[in-house]
Amino acid sequence: MERHWRQLNNTRRLYTILGLIGLAFALTASLWFANETNAGKFIDRLPHLFDFVGDMIPRDAFELWRALFDLESPYYDGSFQYDYPVGRVYIWGAFYVPEYLYKMMETLNIAVLATFVGFSFGFMLCFLAAKNLTRSRWLRFAVRRFMEVLRAFPEIVIAGFFLAIFSLGPIPAIIAVAIHSIGALGKMYFEVVENADMKPDEGLRAAGGNWIERVWFGIVPQVMPNFISYFLLRLEINVRASTIIGAVGGGGIGETLRLSISRGHEAKTLAIILLLFVTIICVDQFSAWLRKRIVGNQAFEFGP
Amino acid sequence: MTTLAAAQIDDIERRHPDVFHQPLVKRFAAPLGMICLALYTIYVWWFFSIGTVVANGNWNLAGNYLADWVSYEVRPDIEYESGDIEIKFPRFSPLGDDPHPDWIETRTGSVTVAADAPRNDPSKAASDGSFMSPASSATRTGDGEFSDMSSNSSATSTEIAVKKNVFEPQSVTETRNGITSAIVMYRGGTRLEVAADEVSVTRGGETLVLRIDRTNENVTPQGELPRWAVQKGEGLKVFTYFGFAGRAEVKWNEVKVYRRFLGWENFWFDTNSPFWGKSSPQVVALALSGERVDLDRANIAVMWDNIVNNAEWQHGDVWIKLLQTIVMAFVGTLFAVLIAFPLSFVAARNVTPNRFLNQVLKRVFDFLRSVDMLIWALFFTRAFGPGPLAGISAIFFTDAGTFGKLYSETLENIDDKQREGVRSVGASPAAVQRFGVVPQVLPVFISQALYFWESNTRSATIIGAVGAGGIGLKLWEAMRTNADWENVAYMVSLILVVVFVFDNISNALRSRLTGDT
Repeated sequence: MERHWRQLNNTRRLYTILGLIGLAFALTASLWFANETNAGKFIDRLPHLFDFVGDMIPRDAFELWRALFDLESPYYDGSFQYDYPVGRVYIWGAFYVPEYLYKMMETLNIAVLATFVGFSFGFMLCFLAAKNLTRSRWLRFAVRRFMEVLRAFPEIVIAGFFLAIFSLGPIPAIIAVAIHSIGALGKMYFEVVENADMKPDEGLRAAGGNWIERVWFGIVPQVMPNFISYFLLRLEINVRASTIIGAVGGGGIGETLRLSISRGHEAKTLAIILLLFVTIICVDQFSAWLRKRIVGNQAFEFGP
Repeated sequence: MTTLAAAQIDDIERRHPDVFHQPLVKRFAAPLGMICLALYTIYVWWFFSIGTVVANGNWNLAGNYLADWVSYEVRPDIEYESGDIEIKFPRFSPLGDDPHPDWIETRTGSVTVAADAPRNDPSKAASDGSFMSPASSATRTGDGEFSDMSSNSSATSTEIAVKKNVFEPQSVTETRNGITSAIVMYRGGTRLEVAADEVSVTRGGETLVLRIDRTNENVTPQGELPRWAVQKGEGLKVFTYFGFAGRAEVKWNEVKVYRRFLGWENFWFDTNSPFWGKSSPQVVALALSGERVDLDRANIAVMWDNIVNNAEWQHGDVWIKLLQTIVMAFVGTLFAVLIAFPLSFVAARNVTPNRFLNQVLKRVFDFLRSVDMLIWALFFTRAFGPGPLAGISAIFFTDAGTFGKLYSETLENIDDKQREGVRSVGASPAAVQRFGVVPQVLPVFISQALYFWESNTRSATIIGAVGAGGIGLKLWEAMRTNADWENVAYMVSLILVVVFVFDNISNALRSRLTGDT
């Protein structure tokens, strides 16, 4: 028996080693390929790795605040680099919102609206994709594949397509992020629905409730906390996604950041990065706190 | 059904006070939420002025762009400024050089044109389906035949007097053999008949006749314009739309024809390839046996080279860019796992009992995670130049933070009994981790890594567009020209295939690891 165990162990070890060798080979090949097709070679560019730090050091520490709040700079020489007040967004009289805060708000609104749209449609679709609620196999199959396509379709293509129709602006970004959210949330939601307790549903069915009543009174109350928790998780992801989509033409802070980096405006870049960093931490913390309140610790367990 | 007596109702109410006496907030949570949502939607509607933007969108372009995904247009111009009809195809037309498509019919006859007007070679636009004179007679026969305008009694079907240039000595014209009319046939019975002074368009039983006045440079429709034709002002050019089949613009000097065909044109071979225009059995026959197209190489090698370097579809470049995207996601995720694995042991409270070290590492993870992938991508593009190295680094830095956080949280939630067991037999601290902790967490770690690998394949597409390598930039460039939507469709289908394949691989591996199903 020990011999058999040893044999099994050896086979297992052999597979592990083979797997690791395969992985190492794939990694080496990938690295070589990446280096070969890159514009600059890794070794040549390594000394320049921290060049960007130089692009981010402002002329004095207060420049950061001036850039962030659009105050006048003592270094102002007529160039755009130090012209902070130019970006002010006047709301009413002399009262203004600093440019970057306004852009950040734009990005946040893109994310929130897109998540709401994703939530609404994901909510409507998920019950049709759940095995325990939809008897028709074809309907289930169709809805699931539809959501899969929405999820896998590259966001950048949706954004690019609507950019061609609407010209530059945040609406293509909203549509792109929303479409992806519908697919992603729909998938998570129908998995939650499939794990729901079917006893309330049975009770409603016995009392003669129709499909909508069964779903609305039997299933929705149980799954709502989880739905909201996933909604908040998606919101975190969407804030990041809308920043990236912004950088490729969707407006908001992403675009400002890309322009600022490419023009080498150090104080402005640093201000945007700081703002983005703080916002993302705030959104994450807020969502973590709310999720904890709604579903307890379960929200932090991993599970796609 | 039994009815409940009042006493019973009271009894139930007493037993479940939490159901019958909910706080106000809880009772009105749903309507309140809906009202908030509605208010927010109104605010955002105003903030982004969604209404105006949507109303100002180029919606008819949208239809064309969508149609471009699965079809292509051929755009010949039928020019008649001189009086002689000439059919011109743009350079790089999908039909190749000097095409004679069978959906354009021409009729030849003698035409009268201004003497100094450019002489057109009618064979250029002749089509095989037409009843034109043989190719040998296609050369000009009316050479040097001058006729007076007033005494023009020759059998021309179209009488043309070109008076575009007023300084030109009047009525010096020339009659020669040329195209007298051209008929463009669209799908679904739509026809466009072009003669130098009259263009008639037939769609669905309706016929629109447009008189062309080249002297005053205007176009006049005869009778009412049908639903599918638009003229912006009197005498200006007329747009006619035939749905998916295409459209046409009738101007005083030319008709711009847009005829749409379903499919991806020249997908395998571009028009410069010797294999272009051959049917698939012919191509197969050439590949296997048959005369060498290029004496130095086998046909199949030439074929492969032609496909990879197809100028229109750029297969080779697209494949390399797609591979870059895959590599970016793979290497970035793998490195992030490799670095986060040991660090998470240090960051976990229960494994490393050093509060300071735990906190420092956890804050580092938070920092890496909270700096957006976009920022990392932009900076590494600056450091390494555009290409996959920047993408790898961006994914690596973001995911190292995410994995560090997830892994250390997993480690903090492990079952302590196994560790105690290993320790109680006197194992070294390293052996305790290896045999007491790793077997518990490894499946979870790997399944998380696989999940992120798959989702990174998607995000690698997007960060590519800011210069971090991969297919993103190529997609972006194809979309920016607004003319290459079929290439976009091609790349999107490749991406979808890759994502689905990876999705299934990672799902299969994960379900084997976690042991369910």
